Amino acid sequence: MKTLKNISFWLLLVVIAGVAVVPIVQGNVSMREDAFFILMLVILASSTNIIMGYTGYVSFGHIVYFGTGGYVAFYLMQTFQWHFVLAALVGGVAASLLAFLLGNAVLRLRGAYFALSTIGINEAVRAFVSNFEPLGGSIGMFFNFSMYDAYGGAKNAGQLAYYAMVVLALMTIAASFLIKKSKFGLGLMSIREDQDASMVLGINPSRMKVITYTISAFFPAIAGAIFFFKNGLIEPGPAFELHRSVEALVMVMLGGFGTVTGPIVGAVVYERLRGFLITNETFSNFHLVIAGAMLLLIVLFVPAGLVGWLRLRFAAVRRFLE
Amino acid sequence: MNIEALIASTFDGLMLGFVFGLMAMGLTLIFGVMKVINLGHGPLIAIGMFAVLVMSQSLGINPYLTLPVIIVIGLLTGIVMYFVALHRVINSPELTTLLATFSVNMMITGLMTVIFSTSPRGLDVTLGSLQFGRVTILGTRVAAVVIAVVVTIALYFFLYRTRQGKSIRAVANNRGAAELMGINSSWVLGLSFGIGAMLAMISGMLLATMFSFTVLTGNALETKSFVIVVLGGLGNPTGALFGGIIIGLLESITTIFIPVSWVPVLEFVVFIMILLVRPNGIFGARSS
Repeated sequence: MKTLKNISFWLLLVVIAGVAVVPIVQGNVSMREDAFFILMLVILASSTNIIMGYTGYVSFGHIVYFGTGGYVAFYLMQTFQWHFVLAALVGGVAASLLAFLLGNAVLRLRGAYFALSTIGINEAVRAFVSNFEPLGGSIGMFFNFSMYDAYGGAKNAGQLAYYAMVVLALMTIAASFLIKKSKFGLGLMSIREDQDASMVLGINPSRMKVITYTISAFFPAIAGAIFFFKNGLIEPGPAFELHRSVEALVMVMLGGFGTVTGPIVGAVVYERLRGFLITNETFSNFHLVIAGAMLLLIVLFVPAGLVGWLRLRFAAVRRFLE
Repeated sequence: MNIEALIASTFDGLMLGFVFGLMAMGLTLIFGVMKVINLGHGPLIAIGMFAVLVMSQSLGINPYLTLPVIIVIGLLTGIVMYFVALHRVINSPELTTLLATFSVNMMITGLMTVIFSTSPRGLDVTLGSLQFGRVTILGTRVAAVVIAVVVTIALYFFLYRTRQGKSIRAVANNRGAAELMGINSSWVLGLSFGIGAMLAMISGMLLATMFSFTVLTGNALETKSFVIVVLGGLGNPTGALFGGIIIGLLESITTIFIPVSWVPVLEFVVFIMILLVRPNGIFGARSS
């Protein structure tokens, strides 16, 4: 593992961890809430990037794994009083399993057909969960407040959720970095550039794509488990919100498609910008319009995204900015 | 089981299906010509709905007489949308065009939310009803079917009998060769996008005469359009019409047997199955 000796790899993780610790040190709860949400977006964007940026398969409905992980973990915690960490891990594994099964089928489709099928999967799962009474149907499920007593009250549970999100974000970024720098990642990028040519060179695209898809489903699923654990309430609408999935794509494009730091930068910039637009009096009504216009400008004029653009313009940056 | 209920919902589904087919035709035409999935399809449907709402409520025009205006708005919106958002990236990979059209979706949805808010609206149209025994057919539905059929015939006439229409088919077939024959492909692509948007808006107008709606209804109808076009084969307008009828029938007939809320589950499962087994649609050629 040559990457583990790479300085920029450790530097990136240290920077993220350092920033994430600030709200804890300062004891600032509202700042911690912001950081919690941004870290979640970083996880969603990075894991979308693992499948989309490296293999070129645009998963429009990646949020289905966020919801699946959230629902599985929530069900285990609520019905069987499982510990949060265990439930979250099982949620992650369940979503990966689902991705493995679905991936074997849908990853055979290419381009637009794949994108459409991921939308279809998300809508199908959401419609199913909305009707499935054991999971609460369209009303969803909620915790009894006393559930948090096992974790030392709701306040400590919030703290625990934050730590879990930080660890998960670091794991996601590390996985993204390791995949990109490995021989495996090189294979994925050859699939992205030309799937048929990569097959000629002895790469097994279907197996590699399924593995990547399975990995990329794991992280958002755990993020979902953490998010809804802290939320105390899970409903089909917010759990399988197609719009959030597309927002993750926007973040990836904003930061830089196929780069490790791009989705992180994209998530932070997007969330800060949206926060500014919503709270600003002049823009608050128009935040969707402005976000759309921004996306269009990026797609049309800076298709490589912020990080990609820096890497293209300044050769020196390429050495440490992945 | 009640045989009359079955007949009634078959009629209902059939009529709804024509309008759904028209709606999906806009999406499939655009894909057929330029291999772009228009993620801004939903808001275009919504524009059609609100255009007829504004014209009939504020200006007092009969909803059906707004059709020419809606055709013009649709064509213009589509052409502008093509040249602003797509022209520059028309040869890029799918991701780029998907995101470009989605950005338009965000902008239109955002703008319409500001103007109209997201509260439900409805048109007040009654055209009486026809009675056959205990089966009732609403006049608004009949009018919608008639308009949908006329628009479809006009579209086919345009595509097969006029010079512009033939150049659209030529560009869809082989853009490079069409350009060599002296066809201005940029204009043809813009025009096709305009026609796609126009079809979306006409269907929006027709649906507005049947159901209540909000700014966000368009996006729900967009996913339904995906199901329909995949059922009929992406890029195949006739297939879209049949796909629309199948979905219309499915929606109305299955509600006799299962609760309404389960219908989307069925729809999307069918959708994924079709994509996997016959990605060219149930009427398309079997893929290799």
